[in-house]
Amino acid sequence: MRPRILVRNGAVALSALTLAAATACGGSSAPEPGTAAAPGRSGFTPPKLDAPKSLGAGEGQVNLVHWAGYAEDGTNDPKVDWVTPFEKATGCQVNSKTAGTSDEMVNLMKTGEYDAVSASGDASLRLIASGTVAPVNTSLIPNYAGVFEGLKNKAWNSVGGVAYGVPHGRGANLLMWRTDTVKPAPDSWSVVFAPASPYAGKITAYDSPIYIADAALYLMATKPDLGIKNPYALDDGQFQAAVDLLKQQRKLVGEYWSDYTKEVQAFKSGDSVVGTTWQVIANVAKADKAPVEVTLPKEGATGWSDTWMVAAAAKHPNCAYKWMDWIISPKANAQVAEYFGEAPANSASCELTADPKHCETFHATDETYFSKVWFWTTPIAQCLDGRTDVKCKDYSEWTRAWTEIKG
Amino acid sequence: MNLSRPARVALWTALAAGLGVVYVPLLIVLLNSFNADRTFGWPPTGFTVRWWEAAWNSAGVREALWTSVQAGVGATAIALVLGTMVAFAIQRYAFFGRNTVSLLIVLPIALPGIVTGIALNNAFRTVLEPFGVGLGLFTVIVGHATFCVVTVYNNMLARLGRLGASVEEASADLGADTFTTFRLVTFPMVRSALLAGGLLSFALSFDEIIVTTFTAGAGVRTLPLWIFENLFRPNQAPVVNVVAAALIILSVVPIYLAQRLSGGGAGTR
Amino acid sequence: MDQGLDRDQGLIPAAGVPAPAAPAVSPPHGKEPTLNTTATAGRAPRRRLAAFLHRHAGVRLSLLLSAPMLWLGVAYLGALAALFVTAFWSTDTFTGDLVKEFTWANFQDLFTGEVYRTIALRSVGVAAAVTLIDLVIAFPMAFAMAKLASPRAQRWLVIAVLTPLWASYLVKAYAWRIMLSSDGVLGWGYGLTATVLTLSYLWLPYMILPIYAGLERLPGSLLEAAGDLGARGWRTFRTVVWPLTFPAAVAGSVFTFSLSLGDYIAVKIVGGKSQLIGNVVYDNIGAANNLPFAAAVATVPVMIMLVYLTAVRRTGALENL
Repeated sequence: MRPRILVRNGAVALSALTLAAATACGGSSAPEPGTAAAPGRSGFTPPKLDAPKSLGAGEGQVNLVHWAGYAEDGTNDPKVDWVTPFEKATGCQVNSKTAGTSDEMVNLMKTGEYDAVSASGDASLRLIASGTVAPVNTSLIPNYAGVFEGLKNKAWNSVGGVAYGVPHGRGANLLMWRTDTVKPAPDSWSVVFAPASPYAGKITAYDSPIYIADAALYLMATKPDLGIKNPYALDDGQFQAAVDLLKQQRKLVGEYWSDYTKEVQAFKSGDSVVGTTWQVIANVAKADKAPVEVTLPKEGATGWSDTWMVAAAAKHPNCAYKWMDWIISPKANAQVAEYFGEAPANSASCELTADPKHCETFHATDETYFSKVWFWTTPIAQCLDGRTDVKCKDYSEWTRAWTEIKG
Repeated sequence: MNLSRPARVALWTALAAGLGVVYVPLLIVLLNSFNADRTFGWPPTGFTVRWWEAAWNSAGVREALWTSVQAGVGATAIALVLGTMVAFAIQRYAFFGRNTVSLLIVLPIALPGIVTGIALNNAFRTVLEPFGVGLGLFTVIVGHATFCVVTVYNNMLARLGRLGASVEEASADLGADTFTTFRLVTFPMVRSALLAGGLLSFALSFDEIIVTTFTAGAGVRTLPLWIFENLFRPNQAPVVNVVAAALIILSVVPIYLAQRLSGGGAGTR
Repeated sequence: MDQGLDRDQGLIPAAGVPAPAAPAVSPPHGKEPTLNTTATAGRAPRRRLAAFLHRHAGVRLSLLLSAPMLWLGVAYLGALAALFVTAFWSTDTFTGDLVKEFTWANFQDLFTGEVYRTIALRSVGVAAAVTLIDLVIAFPMAFAMAKLASPRAQRWLVIAVLTPLWASYLVKAYAWRIMLSSDGVLGWGYGLTATVLTLSYLWLPYMILPIYAGLERLPGSLLEAAGDLGARGWRTFRTVVWPLTFPAAVAGSVFTFSLSLGDYIAVKIVGGKSQLIGNVVYDNIGAANNLPFAAAVATVPVMIMLVYLTAVRRTGALENL
């Protein structure tokens, strides 16, 4: 579960802090999720750092900073282990450090003690901008070729077409409902936002300020005159509209969910019958015989994606490259994707998952599916959609609004 | 006690009912540790021992348990020393600011954990980080000790109040110096109070999550933090029930021993 | 406090150690305590130190207070003060760094936002309800334990009350979630009531133990005397038991009140869509990295607790915690 990132610290994972998105292109009237273009902004020039041209022998060890569950070495469950095989294969011993928040990740990386990090979108651009991480020469990572095109060179893992890391995996925030109570099957977020919803009191929503983006996404489709181009770039009026929608939604909400166990339980007991979810939650609920179904509604959805990056001052760069290659290798990427409950980054992983239908379930190969997903990006005052004439609401304002929404 | 029979019956009933309420949720935890359902849905869908096996094989649980024990022992040791010192000062001396000092001891436990947590987090990061000392087990121990002092202090204060100073004076009259008096006279008499205070302090530290969240370094995982993380991982949530159930059973041993050693005074504070 | 220095066994039995007044004090285990009167030459410095300390009460006091005051008075209070200084700063929206310039903005937001008032009042209400419920449940339990049970049973009862403290807080909160869910044992659903119930359950032992200790200290003879003088159960309770155990009950209430006031986890598990003041603090620091505003919000529970502590200090409760 996209856990740490959202559950513990909320640090809302996500892409593009600051200066996000210097890739100048797009910005057309029909915005494409994930491109997060920022036309007219050219302020973000990362420090000049060179990616290595070639790799040497491994240094014998590598120090990683990562989210819990990304580098399992069998200590939590002997059957879940892709670190030990890596150590055996490469001779690089892994010293791993779990970070609780994106801020912690950034701070740990700045100490210079670590070689690689599984950065979320909000950490990644900060790391790039401060010169903490270096560009990655993807030609030195053989498995990079297998990574889905939809994950390469995105706003949260590259600058100006230069890759700063390798994508780890991805997932969308879907709509889940109980098939025995919610009829007909919904295909729109309106089922959780419409004031006259017959499911009032049994609707659930994700408990984080970033959920405001879900409302913005819905408004993007239903109230085009608000002019929302990117659900993470909201000016005063757009933001107010989203907040108002959520305040009205609160009357319908039974409970907000923040962790996976809580939501599965609520859907199984029928305390919640419809609301946002992650694919893995739906799978667990179904496995435990709850009558639920999920869909990616017609308005699209929000989602998340992380990136492995290498420190500019890495003491063990060769082992770090070997790790990045390993974690997106078909086998290891399949393992981590299944353990974590996400779509793998490597297309060849799909044949290696223990559950042969894993990729199908998580829509890993479905680029049309992910083209409808707006990956989490930290909202900042500089509008991420490229507007320069207005100021957008930053994440601390989103947080306060969230307090107000919950009342 | 000259209580009427109905009053006695009522009180016993209240006690029994109260304990019943205390133990029913724990019973559910125990049942759920055998529940085949992955998110412990109710009623249990089937019987399984796989969570117990998983817990037994989990190095993560053992590491977290060990971290928690270290943190608890460290914090309790500090609390014993500091708490005893203040209790002596407050109980045996009259001085300006005595009331303020006694209030200060209570403050860390009386202020909400999140306030203590973010205050310490902020202080550690500003003060320690320039010296290259990051958050780690050490900072957890410091954080826990801060609010554990009060339990030792209160036990000691009550005990010293009951003892009075006459015994120590007698010891001095017999020629024992300050240190000898403490070792041979005062300490044996306050030992059970120390034990009681220490036990409670350890228990407080052992189940603390809020202050720990803010003072633990990235790699430091106490048991509550481990539980917090694992409640939210697929296939790991039920293991958490096993750990809790096992802890309840295991905890009887140290508590009972402490009770024996302290002759019944432990647990009271 | 340095008992470790002296390794010699003394010669004179401590004949003067009287039996302690309180029944709870155990006799020293093992051999009789002895006093050391054999001052050997090698320990002269220690002797001199002891003699010095004996003569100078002020020095003794300063030594006793030094470490605790450095820890709590300087380090802890310093940390709190530093936190509240940041409440007057702000965060740079661009870099996320602290801007160390004085501003009232955080407090302005806090006091003008109606939502914060509502949340603060709700939190106090929850904390008060939890305290009251725990008091009502804990008192008869503690009374039966302290005054009706045999000494042997008392030991087991104390164990029975202490044991749940070892089961993780989170696991217990989840157990309540399971019981309260609509197909659970209770099936009452989630919300503020569920939060109050769960918190009452979680903090109950912290109320029972101080009251039990207070009642245990209450001499049985006093109750008998009240009875001999003709007081019935209720009257004895009202005029004798309650006034004497009141400080202990207040001590317990400091625990239940402050623990409830600062909680943000249980309410996430069983609170449905409600939030308490702890959630607001946590969301601002944990998610938004806005320490200044979080610090400003944190002043609210701190002020409430300071008022509470000042109010109860006269009762002598703080020495019963």
